[in-house]
Amino acid sequence: MRFIFKTKYDQDINVSRHSGDRFWYSLLIITMLTMPLLIDDFYLGEISYICILAIAGIGLMILSGYTGLASLGHAAFLGIGAYTHAFLLTHGIPFIVSIPIVIIVSFLVGAIIGIPILRLSGMYLAIATLALCFIAEHVFIRWEHFTGGNRGLAVPSEEILGISLTNSTVFYYLCLFFLVLSMFAAINILRSPTGRAFVAIRDSEIAAQSLGVNLGIYKALSFAISGAFTGLAGALLAHYIGYLAPDIFNIFLSLTLLLLIVVGGMGSLHGCVFGAIFVGFLPQLIAICRDYLPSSIASQPGLEPMLFGIILVFFILYEPLGIYGRWMKIKLFFEMFPTYKKQTFKKQKVFTKTDRV
Amino acid sequence: MSYFDIQDITVSFGGVKALNNVSFSVDQGEIFTIIGPNGAGKSTLFNVISRIYEPSSGEIHFNNQNISKKKAHQIAGLGIARTFQNLELFENATVLQNLLLGRHIYRKSNLLNELFFTPKVKKTELEHRLKVEEVIDFLDLQHYRDTIISGLPYGVRKNVELARALCTNPKLLLLDEPSSGLTNEETIDLGFWIKDIQSILNITVVMIEHDMSFVNKVSDRILALNYGEIIATGLPEEIKANEKVRTAYMGE
Amino acid sequence: MQLIQLIIDGVASGCIYGLVALGFVLIYKATETINFAQGDILMLGAFVAFSLIGVLGMNYIVGFTLTVLIIAAFGFLLDATIIRQIIGQPPFATVMLTIGLGFIFRGFASIFWGTDIYSFSTPFSGKILQTGGLVISYVNISIIIGTAVLMVILFSFFSFTKIGVAMRASSENQLAAYYVGIPVKFIFSLIWSISAGVAAVAGVLLAPITLVDTSISLIGLKAFAAAVLGGFGSIPGAIVGGIIIGIVEQLCGTYENYLFEGVREISAYLVLILTLIVYPRGLFSDKAEVKKV
Repeated sequence: MRFIFKTKYDQDINVSRHSGDRFWYSLLIITMLTMPLLIDDFYLGEISYICILAIAGIGLMILSGYTGLASLGHAAFLGIGAYTHAFLLTHGIPFIVSIPIVIIVSFLVGAIIGIPILRLSGMYLAIATLALCFIAEHVFIRWEHFTGGNRGLAVPSEEILGISLTNSTVFYYLCLFFLVLSMFAAINILRSPTGRAFVAIRDSEIAAQSLGVNLGIYKALSFAISGAFTGLAGALLAHYIGYLAPDIFNIFLSLTLLLLIVVGGMGSLHGCVFGAIFVGFLPQLIAICRDYLPSSIASQPGLEPMLFGIILVFFILYEPLGIYGRWMKIKLFFEMFPTYKKQTFKKQKVFTKTDRV
Repeated sequence: MSYFDIQDITVSFGGVKALNNVSFSVDQGEIFTIIGPNGAGKSTLFNVISRIYEPSSGEIHFNNQNISKKKAHQIAGLGIARTFQNLELFENATVLQNLLLGRHIYRKSNLLNELFFTPKVKKTELEHRLKVEEVIDFLDLQHYRDTIISGLPYGVRKNVELARALCTNPKLLLLDEPSSGLTNEETIDLGFWIKDIQSILNITVVMIEHDMSFVNKVSDRILALNYGEIIATGLPEEIKANEKVRTAYMGE
Repeated sequence: MQLIQLIIDGVASGCIYGLVALGFVLIYKATETINFAQGDILMLGAFVAFSLIGVLGMNYIVGFTLTVLIIAAFGFLLDATIIRQIIGQPPFATVMLTIGLGFIFRGFASIFWGTDIYSFSTPFSGKILQTGGLVISYVNISIIIGTAVLMVILFSFFSFTKIGVAMRASSENQLAAYYVGIPVKFIFSLIWSISAGVAAVAGVLLAPITLVDTSISLIGLKAFAAAVLGGFGSIPGAIVGGIIIGIVEQLCGTYENYLFEGVREISAYLVLILTLIVYPRGLFSDKAEVKKV
């Protein structure tokens, strides 16, 4: 069991707590960088998809996991990012210029929508975001000049510095780059006063206000930042999919993102990656399950949403801390061996009490 | 005008008057306690000061400034901090993170700086940490720095909430039943701390309390509320002898 | 004249939204959680009715009653086994849980009953009433009357029976309700069963119009709008909210050319957003103010 002896406040402020952390993460980065040498193009594409999902997950995690604001409509931001990016590319704007524009646009949309919507409390907010998701999908269909409507919009294949993005390896490095960048930005936000204010809003709005946190501004900020991350993921997603249609960005995609952060582990950035890996490989998992089920069940189109629901229910009931939570519990088990006690994580009995006066 | 002035505050919920024309003033540097039976309107009064509730009439003046129309999140910046009767700590964060939030009003960085965690951000983080450590030393919370709130005993939690309020470097401290749920030893410690807050930190304290022996030991002046109205103000000896106060607590 | 026709049609479809919204409101009043699977329970009600009346050939009234009882029992079990486990946890957990359950129900329905579109005969199918230039289908009449009857039953239940009062107590303060001897868990499950029963009624009444297939669970989302409009804590509000949405939808459909294409489909959501922004308490809210500290 490692004992950290602290001599400087820097150790609390810095990202890595000790040399062990730095070692393992360096190893991880080296592995990720050499991936293209180890596996073939198809799996490289899968991992690129996982990176994109993770970036979107970071966006949703900051909003829901860290600020405590539920959003059932984040697919709308993916759509905004994807369509804006494709639109700009078709009009000759180079990739390097388009990406910052997408981020800024998504940020602004988040801020503008956020300001009126975020005055609502938990339940109502969830419903409002759900409604917004439907309205957004409708806008994508109707605003044909911008999105091509139901005919769809082809994403032009781009080049950066002369290297084409259709090359799997190049696209992989691009996604990896943006994932690392997003992680870096997210970690910085979360260890700074803004991030602390977000957590304060999640845990007690009253106390946050009494400490000087302007709820309206910080909630809108969280929504905007979240939108920016998800919009970026949307832009990358546009390249991955190749051809955009409005029904891609539907409620099911929103719920997939939600599943991602719940399964990964709410309230941790690691959870985004774990969740992305889980959701990314879910179709493969279901395909494998199909082989084991009797053919009458396996051939049903309703199987995938049903398994989706079962997994979601399972995690909510039995593994509320997600995969990251389970990982931490396992690590704790080994750290404390043999004195580990299951009761460490036993939930307190909680009773409901009305918020109404 | 005195340091902290409440003038004719009336709060109505539907037809019920929670507070009826309540007026009092607090001098700088004194420890002022508000007592009264349950439901007298004490916490409502604090919520009005924190601008969580809107009074139907009346004004609040602090440090020669009319703060009656300020928004809830502007109160901390004016130098008023409070604790809550039912503890409003950030349950999923550590003690240190809770206290660092007390420094929120002194934040100097903006989002863009924070995204890249510039050296300026790091410098201000260290400054915040140093200030927080002073408060930790003052209230003996060193052991608990990195403990998550949900794992702490009740007495320590009350301490953390007090510490968090102190981290905002307030001029006026509102304490809502600080000794409720504390053991005898903890209450005695609390008495010493409140006295220290007054003499060493030069903070004016307004307190809601029920424990009369604690109140008599610590307070400079006392206000008694009943059914939303003031029934007596004065020194601890005067209040102890006051007929109306006795009837309010003992019943008719 | 056409306006009155539209309004009547709107009232009928609105009653369905209102019934589903009623289910939301009941559960919310009791447990301060929202059941995102309400529309899916409605769907299950329609399917069960189909099996009993359409396939097994039961009498309509008997099949209807049996469907409601089966679904009510299902709702009770649902709460007793699954929902109970997450009580007291942040609302987000319940949101996710009920969404997940909704998916399971839909998947189950498509596996068990298949993906075809089904229908069953009712005493009202195909018959219409013609008075003074209006054409009203018997189905719509059945919906409106059915809703009214249900409202009367529920109102009497909550106002006059001990259980109704116990439900209101449990919703205010669960711990205190325990202390006075109210069997809170049983009460909560009872609420869920009533809510499920109401959804089943809506499902059976709706079946002749939309036919029976898995997509009818999307009604749940429009019913949200009704619940919010009516004020989430109010039982009559839910029905009124539903009726307003039903009428708005009909009007949007007819005057689409003056607004924009496709407005009818999203009219419910627009009403929802508008209500949330402009008047979030809803029309009949019983909330004085959200308790602060």
